[in-house]
Amino acid sequence: MRYLPLTPDDRAEMLSVIGAPDVEALFRDVPETARNAKLFDLPLHAGELAVERELAGLAAMNRPAGAGPFFCGAGAYRHHVPASVDHLIQRSEFLTSYTPYQPEIAQGTLQVLFEFQTQVAALTGLEVANASMYDGSTACAEAVMMAQRVTRRETAVLSGGLHPHYAATTQTIAHAEGMQIRRLPAAIDAEAAVIEAIDAETACVVVQTPNVFGVATDVTRIAQAAHAAGALLIVVTAEAVSFGLLKSPGAMGADIAVAEGQSIGNALSYGGPYVGLFAAREKHVRQMPGRLCGETADAEGRRGFVLTLSTREQHIRREKATSNICTNSGLCALAFSIHLSLLGETGLRQLAALNHGRARELRDAVAALPGVEVLTPRFFNEIAVRTPGAAAALVEACLADGVVAGVPFSRLDPHAGMDDLLLLAATETTTSDDIAALAAALAKGIR
Amino acid sequence: MAMQNIGRPTQPRAADLENHASLTGGRGLLQDEPLIFELGGWDKTGVDLEPAEHDASDLGDLVRAEPIGLPGLSEPETLRHYVRLSQKNHAIDLALYPLGSCTMKHNPRLNEKAARLAGFADLHPLQPVSTAQGALALMDRLAHWLKTLTGMPAVALTPKAGAHGELCGLLAIKAAHDDAGQGHRRTVLTPTSAHGTNPATAAFVGYQVAEIAQTADGRIDLADLAAKLGPEVAAIMVTNPNTCGLFERDIVEIARLTHAAGAYFYADGANFNAVVGRVKPGDLGVDAMHINLHKTFSTPHGGGGPGAGPVVLSEALAPFAPVPWLVSGPQGFGLIEEPAGEAAQAFGRMCAFQGQMGMFVRAYAYMRSHGADGLRQVAEDAVLNANYVKARLQTAMTPAFPDGPCMHEALFDDSWLEGTGVTTLDLAKALIDEGFHPMTMYFPLVVHGAMLIEPTETEPKRELDRFCEAMLALAKAAKGNDRERLKGAPYLAPMRRLDETLAARKPRLTWRPGTTGVAPAPLAAE
Amino acid sequence: MRFTKDHEWIELEGDVAVIGVTAYAAEQLGDVVFVETPEVGKQVKAGDNLAVVESVKAASDVYAPVSGEVVEANEALADAPETVNAAPEAAGWFAKLKLANPAELDQLMDRPAYEAYLQTL
Repeated sequence: MRYLPLTPDDRAEMLSVIGAPDVEALFRDVPETARNAKLFDLPLHAGELAVERELAGLAAMNRPAGAGPFFCGAGAYRHHVPASVDHLIQRSEFLTSYTPYQPEIAQGTLQVLFEFQTQVAALTGLEVANASMYDGSTACAEAVMMAQRVTRRETAVLSGGLHPHYAATTQTIAHAEGMQIRRLPAAIDAEAAVIEAIDAETACVVVQTPNVFGVATDVTRIAQAAHAAGALLIVVTAEAVSFGLLKSPGAMGADIAVAEGQSIGNALSYGGPYVGLFAAREKHVRQMPGRLCGETADAEGRRGFVLTLSTREQHIRREKATSNICTNSGLCALAFSIHLSLLGETGLRQLAALNHGRARELRDAVAALPGVEVLTPRFFNEIAVRTPGAAAALVEACLADGVVAGVPFSRLDPHAGMDDLLLLAATETTTSDDIAALAAALAKGIR
Repeated sequence: MAMQNIGRPTQPRAADLENHASLTGGRGLLQDEPLIFELGGWDKTGVDLEPAEHDASDLGDLVRAEPIGLPGLSEPETLRHYVRLSQKNHAIDLALYPLGSCTMKHNPRLNEKAARLAGFADLHPLQPVSTAQGALALMDRLAHWLKTLTGMPAVALTPKAGAHGELCGLLAIKAAHDDAGQGHRRTVLTPTSAHGTNPATAAFVGYQVAEIAQTADGRIDLADLAAKLGPEVAAIMVTNPNTCGLFERDIVEIARLTHAAGAYFYADGANFNAVVGRVKPGDLGVDAMHINLHKTFSTPHGGGGPGAGPVVLSEALAPFAPVPWLVSGPQGFGLIEEPAGEAAQAFGRMCAFQGQMGMFVRAYAYMRSHGADGLRQVAEDAVLNANYVKARLQTAMTPAFPDGPCMHEALFDDSWLEGTGVTTLDLAKALIDEGFHPMTMYFPLVVHGAMLIEPTETEPKRELDRFCEAMLALAKAAKGNDRERLKGAPYLAPMRRLDETLAARKPRLTWRPGTTGVAPAPLAAE
Repeated sequence: MRFTKDHEWIELEGDVAVIGVTAYAAEQLGDVVFVETPEVGKQVKAGDNLAVVESVKAASDVYAPVSGEVVEANEALADAPETVNAAPEAAGWFAKLKLANPAELDQLMDRPAYEAYLQTL
């Protein structure tokens, strides 16, 4: 077997050094009845060519986003990733290393994390950021639990504009941890209801901008209302490229900002692995979940980096840890950081403007269709539209024309009574031809 | 003769290389590398984008007023920056990485290639399922392998890492207890040797954590377990093989006692690599177990993730598995957000979308390559390698549990260092100078000065010998008069020992202009 | 000054008691990097968690040696946690308690008894 270097001679020699008659003897502590499981229904080993054939066959059964007009967003976005990003993350020293427990031989990973934390802090307009979470949705749940630790209150208010998967994840995880979750009904314009829901028991309010319907919102008023009640404001961003154009969460008064970082540097990959961004005000740093990388010096006084404040974490604090997270999303954070270094201030702003411009073109095209109503007043790169019938059926109809016409809202939340709502996203990868094809397919589907 | 005396000399000149320093701080191939914030230009970029056709005037006051503060690098500078940084990292591809409990094995590149096929990588999580049948079929095949290898009837694929899987497993257990009117069960038992994530997860879900005592031979104390099991115990969380690298001989009895007390048996599958293909946890009475795909099934560790932590579930727990559920029907595969039917009582959702697809592809490619026969060989070679290291090192070092074989990792304590003034930490740092990544140290907590060595099955004998010789030489140095070699180590790494106290007392977690190095000119507000 | 087996010390100043960790504990902890002091007004019973002291590698709970109400916390430790190492039984104190039951002090060890106890460890 090509991944196993020991030869039969090696094995025999090693057994004699050990003083064991055979390998069986090394498994003697396993109960005899369970020691030799039979795996009749699994195939035997296969060569690289055979495995590649099977996987290529499975891949070919899927319709990649890049194969034609494609308008899905709702928490995952198709962007162009420069070739150098994927090349660099496949370097052995990044790909095949682990959590930097030995800082003297992990400065590569540690410096990247320090740079990543600084980039995330800059994007979100907050002072400190951690070294990544699993994804945006779990980062959202962690933020809610952090707010409980900071405020010592138990209730979280989730805006009706929050991505339903984020809300469900937060309900599952933060509720298990003992919090009361007040999830407001799905609403395109969710701001007023959020402010109304804040009371003296509220630990935090969670708002998303741009929200799941694409609505970009200035949440400053929500921040003021939350702070007046002694609650924290958590701002969620599912499309990280929007940071290049819109006001940062920190500038609008967020205490904690979480985001899905997939858009920058990472492939769609059918939902994962992605990378959760997590930033907060410095005064709350000891309540943050996840790994933190900090600057220090070595024995010769040279600048270096280490994992720090680890007494918050599970491997030291055990049942008193701020979170149970261990492995995070290191390689995806690296991809994010490399792509962002390539973009820089100038590139990210251009990219964001380009996305917004494509979405305006998209909006204009679908707004002109009879029976279609655009519901998103101010948006970044995604809009919600009302269609004459069920959006899911319309999406299926468009497939016949080779167009993937976005995400029906009912796929995310079947009980919102919003079956006629369709979410459409455009990015720099969307062409004018794609938009024309979408408009034509929608028009045909509606008829 | 026509003597040719021009050209370069071929003999190296002997010179005193002690304390040799370069004139400008360079170190041969090892480059000093500033932070991107000290290197990059605020107006520089490594991408060429087409200009936007629309401005953002429709967004009014939503538009960012201040600069972000992101430096940019051209493409060649980007390559240099990250390649230079990469060279400061140890990696599996470079040398043995015997980090116990982490299973640092070879990462096949076929898996990387497969995960990058457009049909997997360029697939949106919410595109119509009719356009993603190949992805769902792959998830179904992966699920079949995981269920067969563990002997369990169901699997939840969405958890994103081991600790996330533990959470998923305990939530299923909690839901099952609540459903059975057993919600008063508030305690989870774990052995003292457990991974930190076990008590952290149990506490997270609101359980009281109580510890199970350990016997002198490193196993669960059955009498103590029996005494602590009772009507308030919801579950036990047991790693098997345990974190001492030993198989729990009484595992069947542990499961029986647990079930007799009305509790569930959660297995931490972090060490599944030791028994994969040979032992099915389902045969041992396990009710739920997470599988770290990045350990047993070799998806890359990536400097700290991403991982993936699917959880296999018993018949009793399966109805409570989180959404989405993968189902197959006449229309092909589908994803169900709201499982219907009498039994279905999904406890909720672990994350957005349907899990770590990129890791599923890699793990499945790995399983298919090995096949049932290869995976069995994986376990056997992993155990053989660990026992070989133990046998060679026990001539100079003290195994924590000398009697009997270990499984996939060899555990030593520091009693052999007594009186030398050398610590486990010193030994670990000196190992760096010898070219190896240190073993896991000071874990598990039940062994003083623990050194946990997990070579994995992908190490050739020659590399194991090289490592053992380095360890034996260091042991000799520690016991002899060469202790500075250990106390001051590492000397030859990119950095000397780092001051973790300084980092923790005055945390500096982001770069700020003027705090370090040379800052570029501050950004002007637009 | 009185001592506990968990290496806290307590010293009475009028009806208020000052509490900290002993020199032995400070030595064992290594470099202290952070102290989480209790909130003023918190009521504790003897044996309750009073504070948390952190080194780089460990976080240790500090228990209340006696019952009472927290009347003051040593805020200076926030900026200078190293004081716990430099002067554990003086400037490195953690909190002041208004005692609920001064008789509880009698349960604790005096210095000779504590030093004898240390010999047994």
